[in-house]
Amino acid sequence: MVQYMRAHLDASFAALSDATRRGVLEQLGRADASISDLAETFHMTLTGMKKHVGVLERAGLVATQKVGRVRTCRLGLRRLEKEAAWIERYRQLWDTRFDELDVVVEELRRKEKVDGRKRQD
Amino acid sequence: MDASGKIEAAPTKSRTTVERKSDREIVVTRTFNAPARLVFEAWTKPELFQRWWVPKSIDMTLLSCEMDVRVGGGYRLEFGHGDSGSMAFFGRYLEVIPHSRLVWTNEESDDGAVTTVTFEERAGNTLLVLHELYPSKEALDAAGTGAADAMGETFGQLDELLASLDAHVGRSRL
Repeated sequence: MVQYMRAHLDASFAALSDATRRGVLEQLGRADASISDLAETFHMTLTGMKKHVGVLERAGLVATQKVGRVRTCRLGLRRLEKEAAWIERYRQLWDTRFDELDVVVEELRRKEKVDGRKRQD
Repeated sequence: MDASGKIEAAPTKSRTTVERKSDREIVVTRTFNAPARLVFEAWTKPELFQRWWVPKSIDMTLLSCEMDVRVGGGYRLEFGHGDSGSMAFFGRYLEVIPHSRLVWTNEESDDGAVTTVTFEERAGNTLLVLHELYPSKEALDAAGTGAADAMGETFGQLDELLASLDAHVGRSRL
């Protein structure tokens, strides 16, 4: 039934709300780069850049691959193999669903704890 | 893509992973911070199931949700979408092992998968594995493209943005 659903993925747009992240996308549009390259270009710490790349990666805008000690970043989606791109979208659908399931399960867990305490009283 | 031909999407960062195991199979995994019996409950009680199967962010309404969760029992989900009426999804349960395993058919089309969900408890957490087996490669490809369409609007806008970035980059090279 997935084919009939429309998800509005705020995450993707949140990823683009930051000037540095938009700059990173432009940079990767020119050439692939390592996280340390990007950190240097944008005058940031490695940790700071890792966070930005993580946000872009989760939004499917950037793909990374670790070879040895170097993590290389490239533009996501458009450069992804067609099949990998649809798998990423499929994943996002389930991820959205499972985030909601997390909420339901957490509620059940809390309820069970409260009920357990009541039984002990 | 690695040497074995498997394709994984964001295996490191995301909590939900998807892997195409073969031409006809796809596997989704996620770990939940609760015992298996609670996660299972959320998959088998209609009033809970309908709260998460159609996330708030998805522009569809679930009109009805009937689930007779026992071997041979049926389920039926009816969705409304805009003015174009409703559509139903239905099938039956092939296996039901409480807190551990569910298998059901998707019978609304000839290309429907057989879905297996397993719940494996590990130190109070539950590893959930959802496995879908399609009747053919074409059926899985079609379902995948459908999922991409489901994400349509947002990704369409992202595609446009990336295209404009490319165009911008193209100009700056001249």
